[in-house]
Amino acid sequence: MQEYSRSILNADPSLSRFDPLPRIIYHDDFNSGLRGWVELIGNYEDSLDSMLPEYADMRPPMLSSGTHWDTGTHGAMQGTYSMKLATRARAGDISVSIKRVTWRHRGPVRLEAYFTFKPEASELQLSVNDVRAVGVLFDLQDEEYRWMPHWRYLNALEGKPVRSWQFKRKREPFHDIGGRAETVSHFHLAPSGWENVPDSGQILCYNEVATKFNWYYLRMDLDLASRQITHLQCNDRVHDITDVGPMMIPAMPNLDCMLNVAFWVETDVDKRAFLYVDSVLLSGEW
Amino acid sequence: MLRESYTAIVERSEELRGSFATEPYECGWAGEAIFFVRILERTGKLEGITLHVQISPDGIRWCDEGTAITLGEEEVAFCKVAHFGNWLRLSGTLPDGAGMRAIIALSLKA
Repeated sequence: MQEYSRSILNADPSLSRFDPLPRIIYHDDFNSGLRGWVELIGNYEDSLDSMLPEYADMRPPMLSSGTHWDTGTHGAMQGTYSMKLATRARAGDISVSIKRVTWRHRGPVRLEAYFTFKPEASELQLSVNDVRAVGVLFDLQDEEYRWMPHWRYLNALEGKPVRSWQFKRKREPFHDIGGRAETVSHFHLAPSGWENVPDSGQILCYNEVATKFNWYYLRMDLDLASRQITHLQCNDRVHDITDVGPMMIPAMPNLDCMLNVAFWVETDVDKRAFLYVDSVLLSGEW
Repeated sequence: MLRESYTAIVERSEELRGSFATEPYECGWAGEAIFFVRILERTGKLEGITLHVQISPDGIRWCDEGTAITLGEEEVAFCKVAHFGNWLRLSGTLPDGAGMRAIIALSLKA
């Protein structure tokens, strides 16, 4: 980055903590609304009942002040509000929020975010293994392929700590939706087919109590031209992306130039799990 | 300044029977709210059943706010609420034999 560009970013406290590519596609800090982030819903025709059941209830995002029974309002990393995703209190439940745009140049893009995750503070226990996973995915399409980089932090599974980053390239089966052969759907967040990112173990700062928030930095780079994941980073750890790949699907109708980003959280126990996103910045190079 | 607004679909088509409550929704930024209940399917007699707005200090413990929706024969019913703190949910009890599938929307405005 040019030195003067960096100086301009440094002069703005909301941008100086990011390392964006030259063009900022969007920068959402959630202190002025949800800014286009919305609950993910599955495809349907004629009736909501035609939707794959896994997509029926992905829960709406909310603007959270991080308020707790013991200490009151925690706030966000900058300002009061963050985007909060909340599961139901049912093991395996997932909440997903998505923002949908399209790309104007098929080149490098970079997603950065500050986030944290916690279980609902409904018990006076450590609860460090109650959140199963949090993750981020892209849903992209060019003239040849729909491709979907998936990246998640598997915090715990069936009560046991994992603390490891994973990716998923295994495709899930497509199902016809409705009776007109116009719509299909696949549940790409299914629990099977996840693979470990090489040397991906990472302990994040849970900080002992469910009501304490420590915010983490996340960065995921892609090259839309070569359909490659080019950088995965959380806090100070840059992960080895050797052999890390996305789901690859032949291009589908009416998804041209799609550039969607989604965050999700999954609970491992019958307790709500929460993902908080303080801010997210998507940038590109052109 | 344009007034911020947001509509959250807090319940969508799941079958509701017996005692139920919508999931906790954080909305401390908003000054006013409307719960809309759009009934998609009815089982048994729903007319006259009351759903109660509930508020919470922490999203875990709940009390009736005092505002309620009484269901009738219409497709959509609603209630308005203001001065509600940081969380809202809608709670109700359907009698034996009664059930519904509904879209419950929470329309919020700063």
